[in-house]
Amino acid sequence: MLIINNLHAEISGKEILKGISLKIKPGEVHAIMGPNGSGKSTLASVLAGRDMVNVTAGEVIFEGRNLLDLSPEERSHAGIFLGFQYPVEIPGVSMVNFMKTAINEIRKAKELDPLSPSDFLKLMREKKSLVEIDSGLTSRSVNEGFSGGEKKKNEIFQMAMLEPKLAILDETDSGLDIDALRVVANGVNKLKTPENASIIITHYQRLLDYIVPDFVHVLYKGRIVKSSGKELALELEEKGYDWIKKELEQI
Amino acid sequence: MRNSIFMKELSIYKEQNLDFGRLFDHLGKLNGHEPDFMKQTRKKASKAFLREGLPGRKDEDYKHLLIDKLFERDYKYRFLKEIVHFDINHLFKCDIPNLNTHLITLLNGFYHGEADQLIELPSGIRYGSMQAASKEMPHILEKHYSKYAGFGKDSFVDLNTSLARDGVFIYVPKNTVFNKPIQIVNLILSDKELLIQPRNLIVLEENTSFNLVVCDHALTMKYSLGNSVTESYVAQNAKYDFTLLQNEHNNASLINHHFIHQEKNSRVETNTLSLHAGLIRNNHFVTLNGEGAENYANGLYLMDKDQYIDNWVYMDHAKPNCKSEQLYKGVMDGQSKGVFSGRILVRKDSQATEAYQRNNNILLTDDAKMNSKPQLEIYADDVKCSHGATVGQIDEEAMFYLRSRGISKKEASLMMMYGFTNDVIRRIRIDSLRERIEELVYKRLKGELARCDNCGYLNM
Ligand SMILES: Nc1ncnc2c1ncn2[C@@H]1O[C@H](COP(=O)(O)OP(=O)(O)OP(=O)(O)O)[C@@H](O)[C@H]1O
Ligand SMILES: [Mg+2]
Repeated sequence: MLIINNLHAEISGKEILKGISLKIKPGEVHAIMGPNGSGKSTLASVLAGRDMVNVTAGEVIFEGRNLLDLSPEERSHAGIFLGFQYPVEIPGVSMVNFMKTAINEIRKAKELDPLSPSDFLKLMREKKSLVEIDSGLTSRSVNEGFSGGEKKKNEIFQMAMLEPKLAILDETDSGLDIDALRVVANGVNKLKTPENASIIITHYQRLLDYIVPDFVHVLYKGRIVKSSGKELALELEEKGYDWIKKELEQI
Repeated sequence: MRNSIFMKELSIYKEQNLDFGRLFDHLGKLNGHEPDFMKQTRKKASKAFLREGLPGRKDEDYKHLLIDKLFERDYKYRFLKEIVHFDINHLFKCDIPNLNTHLITLLNGFYHGEADQLIELPSGIRYGSMQAASKEMPHILEKHYSKYAGFGKDSFVDLNTSLARDGVFIYVPKNTVFNKPIQIVNLILSDKELLIQPRNLIVLEENTSFNLVVCDHALTMKYSLGNSVTESYVAQNAKYDFTLLQNEHNNASLINHHFIHQEKNSRVETNTLSLHAGLIRNNHFVTLNGEGAENYANGLYLMDKDQYIDNWVYMDHAKPNCKSEQLYKGVMDGQSKGVFSGRILVRKDSQATEAYQRNNNILLTDDAKMNSKPQLEIYADDVKCSHGATVGQIDEEAMFYLRSRGISKKEASLMMMYGFTNDVIRRIRIDSLRERIEELVYKRLKGELARCDNCGYLNM
């Protein structure tokens, strides 16, 4: 589904990603962990098409297409979704209008007719209850005045609405209380099918108690320095990153 | 001999060149029937005007506005109403659904329709031409006329006060609550390039509630220059909602002055919506002259090409315990240029004042320019005051966020600009008018000409 090959990327002349390779198959859940500043969000940005990040080498193939050639909206049409680490507030743009436009633009790209207003409302209702998002939130402007946790829930709500093939969730668990964490994890699990996949960027093992990953990768200084099964997350939770850094020094 | 005098007199009825000295001379022959105070008012204003002349480049208040360029056209002025042989009301019809208004039309600055008498509505409201008001309600006119606009403050105002011959008068008697708005449409229809100078007076007596919508609209593409003055007196406990829609074309220049005088516990909200014109200058003067008075001044401007917008707000907190809020927002495209100048004056004894001001701008091109300058003069010490101005581009983070959800760049920028303007538009309280303005703004932001198809008037 997704093949990342020797990806190098820089932000304003500084190399942040230094040769990342990763393969993701349909149905898989990949967790990416790693110390602050190691490049996790940068990797997510490259996949979603943020033009601030400049790819200097390597390739990214998504379902046979060269992802790096596509605009952010085309990537979304192709089925990529990024749950932002810091969701953006957009004053004056209502959630309803935002979601309606997003869904219909994606449908247009697939040569489908726009959703009828009643079907759209039905879909909203359904997904709202799925992610247990407060009804009041969807009648407001996008993320405006939302609490940290509400913003994260809203990302999951959008994911539920857009039904992507590959969801990249960048620290969606940070700042969530225990109930919200469960809700978010449930949301992700309910949306899981054998055809779609997700990349979960997180610092905490606790999310992975709910969303069980098939692989855990450690990103450090722009490289994936370790990949293993879900037990790696437990080990990191217990011992931190020092032992990995030491291992690296020995090589 | 006799004949030549007659010819000369007759010429006054035609368009005049803008030779101000001669225009003032003519006036003496025409204002014979006017009440004395009116003659005195004209005299004072024309003296002030002849002394000061038009504002020049050195004039701080008009620094950015290119006055010479404004008068490059060979504008003509008419002292008297042109006889038109058709009923405008049959030619055009406002098509805003459910916008149920009393409609007043000014044609080239003159009251169109029955100008000799004021109309009295069942609620007691009286309205009509300024000329009719000077005959039927001279005492009210004398009490308010030019009392707020004053003399020698602004040459354009003096020019209007000296020469304006007509306009709209509205009188809302004590304890009248009037929910249906009155709508004034300023139409320009001429084969000449005209200077147009309407002069309006709106009087709200105590405990009243009143809603006025004013639309500036040209029916021809001819160059025109409007220099209009409106004075609004808002007595104790009165509520006044005022919406101005400026939707003309690139050959139209509008210089517009509104003087609002508020007494105790009155509440005024104005929405100044500048959608289209070559040049616009709005002078918005508010005097909070009684404790507990509140004023909310909102503005929205969407400029493009070589258009120019200049909004001046003067908020005078003359008494304690008053509150004012200015919110002006603009989207500047093309090579358009704009000025926002918001002055807050809190006088020495005006304690417990709240005065806020915000001006936010989006520049869509590198060539568009916006100059935003707050001017605070605060002489009292118990004052809550804030001001903030931003001039920026479209938020790139928000743009990426929307695009990552499948929304195209074009659509995303439209959504954001629309969201940006909505802050002002949502304050328009007449639903049908707000919806129409939303539609117009949306069209305008999309780069389409925002005109209603079957309505020549309002094009709202
Ligand atoms: N806009 C930017 N300008 C300059 N440097 C940047 C920019 N964005 C990110 N960086 C740098 O790139 C590096 C990687 O940042 P990134 O956000 O990808 O880290 P991260 O792994 O997501 O960290 P965290 O766990 O704290 O979220 C950091 O050193 C950061 O300072
Ligand atoms: Mg990060």
